[in-house]
Amino acid sequence: MTMMTASDDKAAKTAKRFSVDFKTLGPALALLLLCIIGFLLNPAFVSEGNLTNLLTRSAFIGIIAVGATFVITAGGIDLSVGSMAAAIAGVMIIVMNNAVETLGTGVPTVLFGCGIAILLGIGAGWINGALTTRGKIEAFIVTLGTMGIYRSLVTYFADGGTLSLNFDIRGTYRPVYYDGFLGLPFPVWVFIGVAICGWLLLNRTAFGRYCTAIGSNEAVAKYSAINVDRVKTLTYIIQGLCVSFATIIYVPRLGSASASTGVLWELEAIAAVIIGGTVLKGGYGRIGGTILGALILTTIGNILNFTDMISNYLNGTMQGLIIIVAVLLQRSDWKFGRNSKS
Amino acid sequence: MDFGTSAPAAIVEAVNISKSFGPVPVLFSVSMDIRPGEVHALIGENGAGKSTLMKILSGFHDPTSGQIRLDGKQTTLPPNGAAEKLGIVLIHQELNLAEQMTVEENVFLGREARSNGFLDRKGMREAVQGLLDEIGLEISPTDRISDLTIAQKQMVEIVKAVSRNARILIMDEPTAVLTEEETEVFFRQVEKLKESGVGIVFVSHKLNEVKAIADRITILRDGQWIDTRLSRDLTPDTMAQMMVGRELSDLYPPMHEADVDAEMVLEVQNLRAPGIDDVSFSLRKGEILGFSGLIGSGRTAVFEAVCGLAPIDSGTIRLFGSETAPLSVARARDAGLAYLTKDRKEKGLLLDKKMQPNLTLFALPKFVKNFAIDKKAEESALERAIRRFDVRARDPGITVGKLSGGNQQKLLLAKIMECDPRIVIIDEPTRGIDVGTKQQIYHFIAALAAEGVSVVVISSEMPEIIGICHRVAVMREGRITGILTGDHINENEIMRYAAGLKREDLH
Repeated sequence: MTMMTASDDKAAKTAKRFSVDFKTLGPALALLLLCIIGFLLNPAFVSEGNLTNLLTRSAFIGIIAVGATFVITAGGIDLSVGSMAAAIAGVMIIVMNNAVETLGTGVPTVLFGCGIAILLGIGAGWINGALTTRGKIEAFIVTLGTMGIYRSLVTYFADGGTLSLNFDIRGTYRPVYYDGFLGLPFPVWVFIGVAICGWLLLNRTAFGRYCTAIGSNEAVAKYSAINVDRVKTLTYIIQGLCVSFATIIYVPRLGSASASTGVLWELEAIAAVIIGGTVLKGGYGRIGGTILGALILTTIGNILNFTDMISNYLNGTMQGLIIIVAVLLQRSDWKFGRNSKS
Repeated sequence: MDFGTSAPAAIVEAVNISKSFGPVPVLFSVSMDIRPGEVHALIGENGAGKSTLMKILSGFHDPTSGQIRLDGKQTTLPPNGAAEKLGIVLIHQELNLAEQMTVEENVFLGREARSNGFLDRKGMREAVQGLLDEIGLEISPTDRISDLTIAQKQMVEIVKAVSRNARILIMDEPTAVLTEEETEVFFRQVEKLKESGVGIVFVSHKLNEVKAIADRITILRDGQWIDTRLSRDLTPDTMAQMMVGRELSDLYPPMHEADVDAEMVLEVQNLRAPGIDDVSFSLRKGEILGFSGLIGSGRTAVFEAVCGLAPIDSGTIRLFGSETAPLSVARARDAGLAYLTKDRKEKGLLLDKKMQPNLTLFALPKFVKNFAIDKKAEESALERAIRRFDVRARDPGITVGKLSGGNQQKLLLAKIMECDPRIVIIDEPTRGIDVGTKQQIYHFIAALAAEGVSVVVISSEMPEIIGICHRVAVMREGRITGILTGDHINENEIMRYAAGLKREDLH
């Protein structure tokens, strides 16, 4: 009997290790495959310039998707992130332009703008969180509403056109997107920082465990002395904060914001989360997977730019296919537990 | 037709069934047959293989070896509930109803009556109403399932099975969540089904009920078939012995007298909250206080209010001698007050997670070091808990949903005890668990009290209230109608207070 238990233990441990590896490896293998395809189609794909460009492009969606991982793990959803980014970008530009008279066109103005962006992100996240928890409205509906509100606000601020950053401030702010450190652009460093913090928060802290527990079963979480409303609200605030960071590195890229800023970012962020293996109904989150998911989505677009075989206009089709295949693969993975189904 | 024997031929027979999950054998060559018009009880400890056998009999699992015979012919049952078409219906313990749909829609789900291409709502409603009238259930076919009590949902499941012309009805602990009155109604229905020739397989841990309702009894132990006997040849005591394979003399631990001069740890005065009205009681250090009463009498509501799980309208709560403002669950926990839910699957455990995150979830702040969860401390906590509470898992990496009911309950107990509470409220400590585990839990509760922890036991099972509690509060319709001590703690007395025949002036 003891012998059997021991061998069971071993079998279980091997199985566990295997399944963990498989789940992390899935998206990683997909990314590797994409890179090989990219290289075969055009060797310039792996040039340093292109890889840096690819990482920088994926930073926006990646940073937002890290926040979305928390929201989705805790059983929520945030559809407003794209509009939120546009609205924050718009307000940030207006604020900085108006601060020129008092603060000048130097670093203080930019810092002031960034501070405002962070406050707006936290505030917008709190509104989404409070409406879902205290207001007891479905997250889907709340964020569908705020999505419309933020989008129309930026259109209104821009009067239907484009909000442009003061030319001199643009000069001060520009390096945040275009310069770098140790060969990596700043947006990539921000992405790395957000990813590491997010990973630690989700996997190593009580807060992360609480998010998982709430997404798994809210009633159990409540009976386990977890302040469900507070934790859920915090996930939306983290999401808002991530949107702020993404916006702060996005604004110097074009120096403008319009009604088309950040369109469909919410879907790309959610797609990155799902491709990465986080379960859409909550209770199971993977930051590492999310990062890979964001990289995969950007890589597809990048490869299409490099080849004439498939029209660049089919970018969305390829992304859509990847999402569906990723979820199908996840499901076949679950079948390993079939024989012990109860 | 076999006229040679007195018993009619079996509808379904399981012959030498064995079943393994991967390398783990669960059933060893078990045989069982179900005849028309009989109630065949299946009893055994948790983990004895009852659930597995029921699932094999209804096609949800395939046997690893052995035969299933239907009307004498060897057959392979279709999977995933399709055996219903052959007349074999399994009613799961976690009921299988669409919560947002009405009674009528549920009963006809998947085989809706149609007329001219549209749903024949009127016809279906009348049919369901007829069945409800027959069963004596006072709900409307248009009620939503989510608005019904658990007992009513159970009845709807039975109505659903009856409407499908079930020949074999397999029920997994149908009475676990029913009050005595509801159980009686339920048994009357079972008798009717018997008369109409339905064979019924019935799993229960309530051996008195088994004795009362079953015609034959099959006993399983550790996956082995022990015996199949006529009910009249067995007593609840002999059943219990056959289940555990040893004498069960001390189901209840010896009662240590509570120290009547011990300090008060919890005093509740004039508490009003949703479902409860003007409730006052007190609890001493090291005391086991029982809360008895019918289901829905407000026992759970009292402690959900005290522990911060539900809002309080008015009243005062004194904890360890000082008055406290309404607590949050976390603050109650930090003050040493913990509530263990009766609903372990919906509110107690994360069924899709492993044992470790479940164990430490309630007391998680204790495991945080430098803002991070100390995984080593978690691991050693799990080892300790498995030893202390004798949690038996096929493999420690399985999700909690796959543990047997008794092991889930022990894990839940371990989870709550992880925060070292000084007052524990245990709601239905032994619901749906076997007699061996029950005994362990009773001894554990007694040991806690001996260490100076105060325990509140909310229970609908009168023997356990009588067996382990120093004092018993009886509730009826949201109020405490009496608090019994000493010799007054007996079934008669408790029943009279619970039924409203007697009322004590408590103020």
